[in-house]
Amino acid sequence: MDKPHPKRKRSRQRRDVALMITCLADLMRPSVGFSAIRLLERAGCRVTVPEQQTCCGQPAYNSGEVDAAVPVARAAIETFEPFDYVVVPSGSCAGMLSHHYPALFEGEWHERALALSAKTWELTRFLTEVARLPAPRHKPLERGVTYHDSCAGLRELGVHQQPRQLLQEQCGVQVSELGQNQVCCGFGGTFCARMPDISAKMADDKLDNAVASGASVVAGGDLGCLLHLSGRARRRGLKLEFRHVAELLAGDPRGPGIGEGRE
Amino acid sequence: MKLASNEFMQASSAALLEEDKAQRRSLIGQFLPLARDAAASAYGDFDGLRAHLKRVRRHTMAHLSHYLEQFEEAAVQHGNQVHFVADAEQLNSKVLSICQAHSARRVAKGKSMVTEETGLNELLLKAGLDVLETDLGEYIIQQAGETPSHIVGPALHKSLAEIRQLFLDKHTLGDRDLETVSEVVEEARGVLREKFLAADVGIIGANALIAEHGTSMLVTNEGNGDLCANLPPVLIVCTTFERVLPRAEDAMALQRLLVRSATGQPQTCYTSFYTGPRREDDVDGPLETHIILLDNRRSDILASDYSEMLDCIRCGACLNHCPIYIGVGGHAYGWVYPGPMGSVLTPLLTSLEQAHHLPNACTSCGRCAEVCPANIPLPDLLRDLRQDESVQQLKPARWRNGLRLHAWLLRHPGLYRNLTGWTMSVLGLLGKRRGAFRRLPFAGGWTGQRDFPAPEGGGTFMRQYAARRRRGGKRG
Ligand code: SF4
Repeated sequence: MDKPHPKRKRSRQRRDVALMITCLADLMRPSVGFSAIRLLERAGCRVTVPEQQTCCGQPAYNSGEVDAAVPVARAAIETFEPFDYVVVPSGSCAGMLSHHYPALFEGEWHERALALSAKTWELTRFLTEVARLPAPRHKPLERGVTYHDSCAGLRELGVHQQPRQLLQEQCGVQVSELGQNQVCCGFGGTFCARMPDISAKMADDKLDNAVASGASVVAGGDLGCLLHLSGRARRRGLKLEFRHVAELLAGDPRGPGIGEGRE
Repeated sequence: MKLASNEFMQASSAALLEEDKAQRRSLIGQFLPLARDAAASAYGDFDGLRAHLKRVRRHTMAHLSHYLEQFEEAAVQHGNQVHFVADAEQLNSKVLSICQAHSARRVAKGKSMVTEETGLNELLLKAGLDVLETDLGEYIIQQAGETPSHIVGPALHKSLAEIRQLFLDKHTLGDRDLETVSEVVEEARGVLREKFLAADVGIIGANALIAEHGTSMLVTNEGNGDLCANLPPVLIVCTTFERVLPRAEDAMALQRLLVRSATGQPQTCYTSFYTGPRREDDVDGPLETHIILLDNRRSDILASDYSEMLDCIRCGACLNHCPIYIGVGGHAYGWVYPGPMGSVLTPLLTSLEQAHHLPNACTSCGRCAEVCPANIPLPDLLRDLRQDESVQQLKPARWRNGLRLHAWLLRHPGLYRNLTGWTMSVLGLLGKRRGAFRRLPFAGGWTGQRDFPAPEGGGTFMRQYAARRRRGGKRG
């Protein structure tokens, strides 16, 4: 008798996925987390949100406080290593886990970091390359959408076409591209507060391109960029709506966009 | 060149307000990356060539003394005089003593970032020599009394109108229009030709030193380097030791990468090789040639964790692709080398204390590393410098303490959860109607330029999630 094909067997099982919520979604935009859970479950995953998680440690790491980031990374490795997959609704946090954690350690912890790196996925990549979503249940989104590719997702993880493909399949949306879409929006973590004038100028360039795209919704895969851009848009009085791509993919988003009130 | 990198914060904010210049920079930031991308993809396996040169570079640096000896031996055989100098002062006084030995009065210079680094012109001028920059961009900024804003196009910050006015003021050539670029260039060419012929000493830089032949390679678009090298009786090549490469074909690989990365051209107008003084049956060329190899802390860099920075081929691509360089321009960086490569080099060639803002002028977007033909991991090196900044306690204390406190809190999930849960609930309630705050205590760095979006409301995700689970597992 043939043994069951291991691959086929696994595909019938539900994938054990840990959601890394990211500190910004946890604190500022819980609906990103709930949308991500809904999407992962629709794609046939069993989702756990480990309670011990806090943040990937990027603020300290990128600001050069590397020794302070190391124990944070170690805690994250311990928290997430029991799962088959770790899915992150952020390119920059996923990049931190998969690219920068291994560089922080040597020896045993380096091996553990590498193992975590191998199973860490940015959300839209996971939903296009590992677990596929079934046909959508919600009606198409009848809004003009443009997409901001955040730098870590784009350059460290190759996230570019995946969110566009998902928006097309799930929401019937053809993204209106931003001019200069390879260029950073000026968030850069602590950079945006340490060099606010330069950061604002970069946001303005991005926002001008967003306005020129004709879209009314700016979507993206990283809350850092979206909070920064929406804050700057509000300061300038621009009428643009900012949404994490998970919110759009999970269904018709009705609540206010990022940085919008309920007035 | 006087070091003013610690004024980066003020200088960059001021630069952002110069609308005209900012607009020109933004065009440069759009055009040059397009040109570079087109040239790289037309080449074919550009990344393969990058990886190849990287291996050659690393090999050369690992056997540096061997290749430098080989270079020196071959160069001396061809009749060159080779001088190794430790620092800026030594380079400057070497050049001056060569000039004085020939009773030189006029010096014609090709573009050389190394002599900008050492401040050679000032010294020569003080000694009473007439120093003329012959690269068009360098000539323009010399006439204007300015410093370079870009390592490839030193006068990229100047508009045609500014240059026209400058020439009308500086050249006593009577009434003329000078309306078009070509009229301006023609005028500069005419003025410069005269001076080449009168020069006693020519000074140029080098893009590569070829160890096997003792030859130096120079890449230019104007041909002024050749005139500096061939017309005056004495030639001095001022460069740094890490330009050395084993073979001529390595220099050609570098040249292919350099021109495409710098301007998007498949080939520059002139690629010249200088091997030594005029031989008996040569019709022209200098009678005496010197090659000065400067160290200026490069040996320290070679021995440090930053040694990859020595692989830089000075193409300027990282500048053209850096949104911060394009935003604030080269002068804000306060020294010879701006942009990502400058933010690494300046602290290493001067001191971190005198330039510690520069490594922070980076969002880690990674676009520079993506295009750097020398595959230098610029964002990683900048992060390492920020770490050094922290270790040397150069960072503002409130930043450092804040980040460390935050990192500490992250390792105490219970406390973190309580604190953030409470704070976010309050902020969510306060910001519910407007959705964002114009001002917040302790968040001036954020709210100076943008509103602070309020949390969505309902408490943190972790709290809401725990509550839903308690209510019976229904999620989403
Ligand atoms: S660091 Fe790289 S991109 Fe920048 S100038 Fe040097 S070689 Fe060119």
